Amino acid sequence: MSPEASAAAASHHTLDRLVYMANQIAGFFESQGGGTAGEDTATHLRRYWEPRMRAAIIAHLEAGGAGLDDTARAAVARLEQRAKAG
Amino acid sequence: MTLIHETDFGTPPAGSAAMVRLTIDGASVSVPEATSILRAAMEAGVQIPKLCATDSLNAFGSCRVCLVEIEGRGGLPASCTTPVAPGIVVHTQTERLSAVRRGVMELYASDHPRDWFSDPKQGANELFQVAASVGLREVRYGSDGCTHGAAAKDESNPYFAFDPARCIVCSRYVRACEETQGTYALTIAGRGFDSRVSAGMEEGFLASECVSCGACVQACPTSALIEKSVIAQGMPEHSVVTTCAYCGVGCAFKAEMRGEQVVRMVPWKDGKANHGHSCIKGRFAWGYANHRDRILNPMVRAKITDPWREVSWAEAIAHTAAEFRRIQGKYGRGSVGGITSSRCTNEETFLVQKLVRAAFGNNNVDTCARVCHSPTGYGLKNTFGTSAGTQDFDSVDQADVMLVIGANPTDAHPVFASRMKRRLRAGAKLIVIDPRRIDLVRTPHVEAQYHLPIRPGTNVAVLDAIAHVIVTEGLVDEAFVRERCEGEAFRRWAEFVAEARNSPEAIGPVCGVDPGLIRAAARLYAAGPNSAIYYGLGVTEHSQGSTSVIALANLAMATGNIGREGVGVNPLRGQNNVQGSCDMGSFPHELSGYRHISDGATRALFEAAWKVPLDAEPGLRIPNMFDAAVDGSFMGLYIQGEDIVQSDPDTHHVTAGLAAMECVVVQDLFLNETAQFAHVFLPGSSFLEKDGTFTNAERRIQLVRRVMAPKNGYEDWEVTQMLAGALGYPMHYTHAREIMDEIARLTPTFAGVSFARLEELGSVQWPCNEQAPEGTPVMHMGGFVRGKGRFLITEYVPTDEKVGPRFPLLLTTGRILTQYNVGAQTRRTDNSLWHDEDLLEIHPQDAEDRGIREGDWVKLASRAGATSLRAKVTERVAPGVVYTTFHHPETQANVITTDYSDWATNCPEYKVTAVQVSPTNGPTEWQEHYSELGRATRRIAPASAAE
Repeated sequence: MSPEASAAAASHHTLDRLVYMANQIAGFFESQGGGTAGEDTATHLRRYWEPRMRAAIIAHLEAGGAGLDDTARAAVARLEQRAKAG
Repeated sequence: MTLIHETDFGTPPAGSAAMVRLTIDGASVSVPEATSILRAAMEAGVQIPKLCATDSLNAFGSCRVCLVEIEGRGGLPASCTTPVAPGIVVHTQTERLSAVRRGVMELYASDHPRDWFSDPKQGANELFQVAASVGLREVRYGSDGCTHGAAAKDESNPYFAFDPARCIVCSRYVRACEETQGTYALTIAGRGFDSRVSAGMEEGFLASECVSCGACVQACPTSALIEKSVIAQGMPEHSVVTTCAYCGVGCAFKAEMRGEQVVRMVPWKDGKANHGHSCIKGRFAWGYANHRDRILNPMVRAKITDPWREVSWAEAIAHTAAEFRRIQGKYGRGSVGGITSSRCTNEETFLVQKLVRAAFGNNNVDTCARVCHSPTGYGLKNTFGTSAGTQDFDSVDQADVMLVIGANPTDAHPVFASRMKRRLRAGAKLIVIDPRRIDLVRTPHVEAQYHLPIRPGTNVAVLDAIAHVIVTEGLVDEAFVRERCEGEAFRRWAEFVAEARNSPEAIGPVCGVDPGLIRAAARLYAAGPNSAIYYGLGVTEHSQGSTSVIALANLAMATGNIGREGVGVNPLRGQNNVQGSCDMGSFPHELSGYRHISDGATRALFEAAWKVPLDAEPGLRIPNMFDAAVDGSFMGLYIQGEDIVQSDPDTHHVTAGLAAMECVVVQDLFLNETAQFAHVFLPGSSFLEKDGTFTNAERRIQLVRRVMAPKNGYEDWEVTQMLAGALGYPMHYTHAREIMDEIARLTPTFAGVSFARLEELGSVQWPCNEQAPEGTPVMHMGGFVRGKGRFLITEYVPTDEKVGPRFPLLLTTGRILTQYNVGAQTRRTDNSLWHDEDLLEIHPQDAEDRGIREGDWVKLASRAGATSLRAKVTERVAPGVVYTTFHHPETQANVITTDYSDWATNCPEYKVTAVQVSPTNGPTEWQEHYSELGRATRRIAPASAAE
């Protein structure tokens, strides 16, 4: 497979991957209990995700947020608020 | 410079606190109780001739040379096997002793070649030295009688030769194989005069169980066992102490040289990580540094389909800088980044991340630890407060129980494995949690009390079940938890693990292990009294890698097995400087010393030193770089000393990302797999050609010393410095030590580290600062770095990589003793004699179901891709599990692995891939295409006449 074909064949969709990762992270913080999972997930995303990744997941939420679990959705909403607040 | 000769005290130190006073040759001497007279004399500066004794081995008493006289005692006792006693008066030199020693040596000499000039060791042959020291001038016995002179040499091992004619059967190398290495591959066959050293069942060294660690060669007092490089080149004339560039054990070696030519690498007795031991890689597999495949001139090309064009360093650097600035101008400041290497020095790693942050102006820097131990950093930081293992290697000598999970030390960390085996032979107990029956489960004189052959991907489940037993059976160290840990967090965790769904009976069917075995293992670990956890990539390379590390930390805290010698949570790092590359700020969210980039005070410190503003936002991780490349926003990458095409998961995705970039720069010794996708190639320097430091798995910082000039003209940090200058951010270091001085100024845990300090102490374990000027062998003594230890709940979440009808088997990957990582170094040595291709281990039942026999070609397919390799039918893997290594690009095992990754760190899930295995007749179409691509993209255009 040539590099070009390899690129074309790559079935990775960055957004799907970001949604999957956000749900994974949210899952961990949900398991901790204490009612802070949304905030903890948002903090994790802020501390470890590069801005364009955060921008992409925020844009995805604004477009409906398909695939995001409740906690992940709440976390991304926090990111969005913070981004708007500057 | 001269050859370093370490003092051999004859027998190991006694280690007793009680002292005994005696008299040796008229001098009053005080030594620890149980010390041998031989050692006591040596410590007092009195040299007693010896042959079968050496201080790395227990006394044997066979050579009858180290005899002494003791007043009031009859006979001539061997000083190596005779312990000191209060008040005894010892004489080491008397006429009687001289006569007897000379007689003994004459007998040895009577059956030994007397061709002094052709002896490969020349003056370093201990037999000759002792003969001279006892005054042997002639041998009265002729050579007509029976001798061993005609015995056939064994030259089967590529690295050393055995000449039985020169063997005195002192058993030193047999004992080294047993006591030092723990392999028991050698023995003495025959009896009396017929006694001879035998490798295995007299099958020759290469065919035997010998692992070529070199301990026997080092122990041999004659020239019977000797490195072939010494035979070829002659004895070395000077030594330089340096640090091995293979695994995370960090063995110290003497590079023994003739001029700028390495003759041999000999483990250094004073090395605090290895104490004079070595493995086949560090001891013998250094020839890659001189391999013809090395690229020594910079090269560039416009497109990856073009042949390479050799250029000057100035052109290559200017071209790279121009390309990166062009890309940033077109796509934005964040469109370029760099990858630091865990094979390079701390100083080189620090400089690459500085280049990215200060000259590129972003934080898009990551390191290969991303794909191995990044979950260790996350897990231990969030529980204990710092991202590193808790102990030194010597701590294992105090362990009563070892829990080894997801690690295969005899292959991946062989020198430390020998330490573990020594402790296990002395009575420590062993629990192994691993899908494979690794060698430690049952090896000569070592047998695990419990082996839990879990289904890949169920680490968290089984660790929760162990925690369940500890909590519900009242095995918690409550005093420790009360004093040292957060109470509320512990309460919540204990409540969680105590739930019935976490019981061994509930978890057993999930992880495929008998619940009784889980309970027994849990009780043994909790009983200790000193229980130590050792783990590897089988823990971290999972979608719950960080959770697993947290679960291990929870176990250590719950049972009080942390904060003293003999216990702890110990990650066994894969590459030589994984710990260091993480320490040096290689992660996109952290500056050196694990301080978050968003922390204003830390950033201000660096901004003041570097005189440039720093971005407060985290950068891209390696997998995210490929995503961004495919998406068109990440277009330039500087890769120092890594081969991400071969080592990173889901090769198709990696190559798609690289192919999408406009400028990929590879700095390496060889045109590696990643270089196929590169536009600029900058030749790298080997560890023999540079100064710097490595930090091993026990946080030990050790000097790497340059023993020869870089064949490419520059140490790697100098290349980074040139690139920074071309980008308009000049750096002015003249030696690696100046970079370490900057690291120390900017990193509190390194504040006391300098090359001068390392020269003085030999090595030092961080934190090394005002509070701990000589370093910190054991962490968290008296309190955790974060204050109170923090329990976190570790809910088991099964991976989404599931088996099913199409992919019914689980693939897990790993390493083998003789090869290292992507094999770029070891494949270019004779180590490939032992492992010249990746093999697929498959259980006999699974093989039979598919009509597969030993050695057959099989196609290994997953949802990500397919490759072909040969089958090895073995019960080392459980039914339903297959295993392979990733050392050979022809196999490219990572075509199979997927992009599932750890939730916290994106560390890839190498260890769990659903696959199908089927018979085939050779390489896949992809492999053939890839092989063709390799040939096409490695073409180098001939230099023009003008050049």
